[in-house]
Amino acid sequence: MATITYIAAGGDTHSIDVADGYSVMEGAVDKRIAGIDGDCGGNCACATCHVYVDPAWIAATGVRSEGEEAMLDLAEDVQPNSRLACQIMVSAALDGLVVRLPVSQH
Amino acid sequence: MATLAAGAASPADLSPTDPARPDLAEARARAYAMPLADIDMTDPELFRTDTHWPYFERLRAEAPVHYCANGRFGPFWSITRYADIMAVDTNHAVFSSEAILGGITARNQDPEFILPMFIAMDPPKHDIQRKAVSPIVSPQNLVALEVLIRERAQAIFDNLPVGETFDWVDRVSIELTTQMLATLFDFPWADRRLLTRWSDAATADDTLPGNPTKPERQAILIECLTYFTRLWNERVNAPAGNDLVSMLAHNPATRDMAPMEYLGNLILLIVGGNDTTRNSITGGLLFLNDNPHEYDRLRADPALIETMVPEIIRYQTPLAHMRRTALADVELGGQTIRKGDRVVMWYVSGNRDERAIDRPDAFVIDRARPRQHLSFGFGIHRCVGNRLAEIQLKIVWEEILKRWPRIDVVGPPRRVASAFVKGYETLPVRIPA
Repeated sequence: MATITYIAAGGDTHSIDVADGYSVMEGAVDKRIAGIDGDCGGNCACATCHVYVDPAWIAATGVRSEGEEAMLDLAEDVQPNSRLACQIMVSAALDGLVVRLPVSQH
Repeated sequence: MATLAAGAASPADLSPTDPARPDLAEARARAYAMPLADIDMTDPELFRTDTHWPYFERLRAEAPVHYCANGRFGPFWSITRYADIMAVDTNHAVFSSEAILGGITARNQDPEFILPMFIAMDPPKHDIQRKAVSPIVSPQNLVALEVLIRERAQAIFDNLPVGETFDWVDRVSIELTTQMLATLFDFPWADRRLLTRWSDAATADDTLPGNPTKPERQAILIECLTYFTRLWNERVNAPAGNDLVSMLAHNPATRDMAPMEYLGNLILLIVGGNDTTRNSITGGLLFLNDNPHEYDRLRADPALIETMVPEIIRYQTPLAHMRRTALADVELGGQTIRKGDRVVMWYVSGNRDERAIDRPDAFVIDRARPRQHLSFGFGIHRCVGNRLAEIQLKIVWEEILKRWPRIDVVGPPRRVASAFVKGYETLPVRIPA
C-alpha cells in the first residue's frame, strides 16, 4: 500500500492510497482522477498514462523499459522524468510518490 | 437492418443473434457448417451484407489464430481475439508494417504503385515521419480545431431539412468530415469534395464492379498528387503555417521527401481522417435508433456523450482490420506463424470479444472503460488522430441534442463492400417536424 499524489497541470492535487501490485495508472483511473486516461488498460500500448515523476522519486521508480521508451517517444512534451504510469508498480517503497500530469493525454 | 421489436427493452435485443435478422441465422448456419479451413474473412460481401459476425464468433472460439490457405488475396492468418490482437499490435519488432512486404491491409499494396506512408513503415523511419505530423493534433491545436469544427457543424445542422427524408451520409457525415479535412490541409474550400473522391479511390476494391479499375485508381491518385504538389510549391517558400501541407513542407524530417512518399502520407491522412470519422458519425445515429432505450438515456442526460463517443467508435470499428507481415517465425495461440506470413488483426472481431469486453454485442453508452477498444489500434501505430475523431463525434452529438430530440432512421443503410473500410454509402433519415 502506498499513498500516491497526482498533481494535474492546472494544479488540482489528489492523494490516494493505492494497493501493492497495482500500477500508478490503475490507482488514478480507479478513482477517476482527471488527467490520466490509460486507454489500453495497462498494456504499455497507448501512451495516455504519461506522467512526470517528481525528481525525488526517480531512483525509486526505476527506468523505462524498451517498449515504454518506444511508446513515450511518440507522446507529447516528453521530458527526462517522463514515464508511463502503467509501468510503475506500487509497493511500500513508493509510499509518498508524487507525479505530475501533462496538459493532456493523447 | 435490425429493427427493435415492440416491447423490447434491452440493448442486447439488437445483437447479431436478434431474430429480427433472419439473414444472420442463415449466415450462422453456413459459418458453422463449412470447413473451418475454408473460412475467408477478406470476402467484401460478408461486410456489405453485415453477416460477418457468426464467422468471427466461430473463429474466436475454435481457431483464434486461423490460417486461410486460399484467401482471395492469397494465404493469411486471421487473429480474432482481443488479447491476441493486442499482442500482435504491440510487437512491432516481429510484426512489420512495411509497404514493401505488402503493407497494412489484407490485400497487398500494388508493388507497381507502392505508396510510402508512415502507417506502412517500421521504426526508425516511421517514428520520424509520425512525429513530423503529430503536432497537427497537439493540445493547443485541438482547442482551436474544436472551435472551427463546432462552427462547421452548426452551419451544416442549421441547413438540414426538417420533415423530409434525406441521406445522412451525404448531407452530414461526408460533409462534416470533408470540411474537417479541408481545414487540416488548408485545402481550397470549393474543391473540398476532391478529398472525398481521392479517399474513396484509395480504399476501393478494384476487383468489384462499379469501383475504379486499377489504372483508373492510379490516375485518380496521380490527380491528387498533382494538386497537392501545387499546394506544396505555394507553401514551401511561404512562412510556416499550421496546416498539414505546410508542416510537411517545412519540417526538416519531411521537406525532402520523394513525390510518392508525399502522396502516400497525404493519402494516409486523408483516409485516416475521412472515412473513419464519417462512418462513425453515421454509425452512431444508426445504433441509437436500433437501441431506443439508449437514445432515451442520452436525451435525458447529454453528459453521457462523453462515454458514448468511444462506444460508437468501438461498435462501428471503422477499419475492420489491420495487417502485418511476420519478420521471423513466432508462436501465437498454439500456432506457428512463419517468417513472411501475412497476419491480419480483425479489430471488428476483437471489439466483440466477450473475453475482454462485457456484453460486447450490446451498445451501451456508459461503459466504465469505454476507450478499451481496438478501433484506433494499439502500439506505436495507434491512430494519431484519435482525439480529433472523438472531438468531432462529441460536437456532432452536442449540436444534435441542442436542436432535435430525435432523428429517425427511416430505411436500411447501404453498406460499403469492403473487408477493410467498414462503412455506409447511404442512410435515409428524417428529422420529425
